[in-house]
Amino acid sequence: MAGELSGILEHVDRIAELDLEDVPPTSHVVELENVLRKDEPHESLDRDVALAQAPDPARGAFRVPSPQAEA
Amino acid sequence: MAEMLDLTVVQAHEAIAAGELSAADYAKAWARAAADDELNAYLWRPEDGDEGAIAVEQPRIAPVAVKDIFCTEDVPTTAGSRILEGYRPPYSATAVCKLLEAGAPILGKLNMDEFAMGSSNENSAFGPVLNPWDRGRVPGGSSGGSAAAVAGGLAPWAIGTDTGGSIRQPASLCGIVGLKPTYGAISRYGMIAFASSLDQCGPLTRDVADAALMLGILQGADPCDSTSVGLPEASRLPQGEDLKGLRFAVPAGLTSDAIESGVREVFEATLATIERLGGEIAETPLPHAEHGISAYYVIAPAEASSNLARYDGVRYGMRAETSGDVIEMYEATRAAGFGPEVKRRIMLGTYALSSGYYDAYYGQAQKVRTKIAGDFAAAFADFDFVVTPTSPSVAFGLGEKTSDPLAMYLNDFFTVPMSLAGIPAISIPAGLAEPAGGGPKLPVGFQIAAPAFGEQKLLDAAFALEQAIGFDAKPGGGGG
Repeated sequence: MAGELSGILEHVDRIAELDLEDVPPTSHVVELENVLRKDEPHESLDRDVALAQAPDPARGAFRVPSPQAEA
Repeated sequence: MAEMLDLTVVQAHEAIAAGELSAADYAKAWARAAADDELNAYLWRPEDGDEGAIAVEQPRIAPVAVKDIFCTEDVPTTAGSRILEGYRPPYSATAVCKLLEAGAPILGKLNMDEFAMGSSNENSAFGPVLNPWDRGRVPGGSSGGSAAAVAGGLAPWAIGTDTGGSIRQPASLCGIVGLKPTYGAISRYGMIAFASSLDQCGPLTRDVADAALMLGILQGADPCDSTSVGLPEASRLPQGEDLKGLRFAVPAGLTSDAIESGVREVFEATLATIERLGGEIAETPLPHAEHGISAYYVIAPAEASSNLARYDGVRYGMRAETSGDVIEMYEATRAAGFGPEVKRRIMLGTYALSSGYYDAYYGQAQKVRTKIAGDFAAAFADFDFVVTPTSPSVAFGLGEKTSDPLAMYLNDFFTVPMSLAGIPAISIPAGLAEPAGGGPKLPVGFQIAAPAFGEQKLLDAAFALEQAIGFDAKPGGGGG
């Protein structure tokens, strides 16, 4: 995969040669004005439903292996 | 029964409204047709009423097939990836909800390149989709299942997603219509994210009128997607018999190498048809479009590397069994769950965003994007539309480009610039052409791009052109 990635980067590197010093980068393609909405509480997913897809739910939470490696 | 399935969706709806056709019978006939899928187009279909929350008791409009990137409540949603195998989302995407509310039964979930990364559907973890015109060839991608299902008579219409061409290119390779709407026209809530500044939902249909009908159902602002704004005018079915007074721009220098001769012939014949309909054609410079692929393959992988960080084996999807710590679990899960193309793009994107490289890659690519959008804005000051072939080639053989990722990426040469600019573009079938290596003729798509939110005018022009072209070839039916 290293060779493939090099080939892709070589192609991508072509844009490095363009002089775009004063060009602003695009952050959003469509002209939109930011708006605010009221911060109203609404129902979200039930905890059991949110946990139902987890590989290892336990006691109302997502269980993961210990962050500390076993000796 | 076959006659019923020959109708376009607009025609079927007219027959339903006139009382000549029962929407329920029509839906059942399509469910039977979908069951005969020999193209690997479907990843999931309801069997014995196993539709759970997305069941539609009384169909009112045509059933729809949905790319497996859209969350469907209680129904498997994989995005073509092992890492989501077995995942049944607790909610449905807004696009799916809108179809259900309109009374459209869901025919099934459609195969796709993993996380929508690909141009041939060969990156699906669940096997490639076959092109109905020639089963030894790819249907395009990433919405390959959507395009093959509609072209192959397995669905009356479908929805897909387009990040750099993933609706338009497969539509082109399968001889159907594919529309990428303006960025923000349709809600993306519940649509699994690939590259958020580019992703957009859209229809894959038999003809332009069906695409307009689907767009009307799907478009609209959604409080659940802050990037959605909808369309400024209620969409109607397209109309128009000519192209008088309309100006079409062909990007200068575009008809050089890379394009197959058969594709170029169809493209030039279509330009002649536009002129016959009263449209004017002239060249326009689009100087930065050639850098679209370079900018895209920085921006899209960068955003993907961030979006795909969520697949870690904790909240949903698969988890690899390991004996070590949580980091080892993350690594093993992602190593086992993601396919090679997804890994390639995560690595590219992570590299492009890394400290010391950010400005040279992501920053520079976002500036190129500004220049490409500026090129289009300049073109639209003088022209109504920009036209190109949709894809440089007709459908290529399975396995033909899998060993060379860069060659695969160049399939998106004509579709990526519009995605970077956020503007709407449609691919319509324009004719048939012999593949470069010889063989039976295959469909060629013609792409028309319009200014942002110019969908209605775009659909009207595409409709007039479609009527004049009169493309009526069918897979397996020969033609010429």
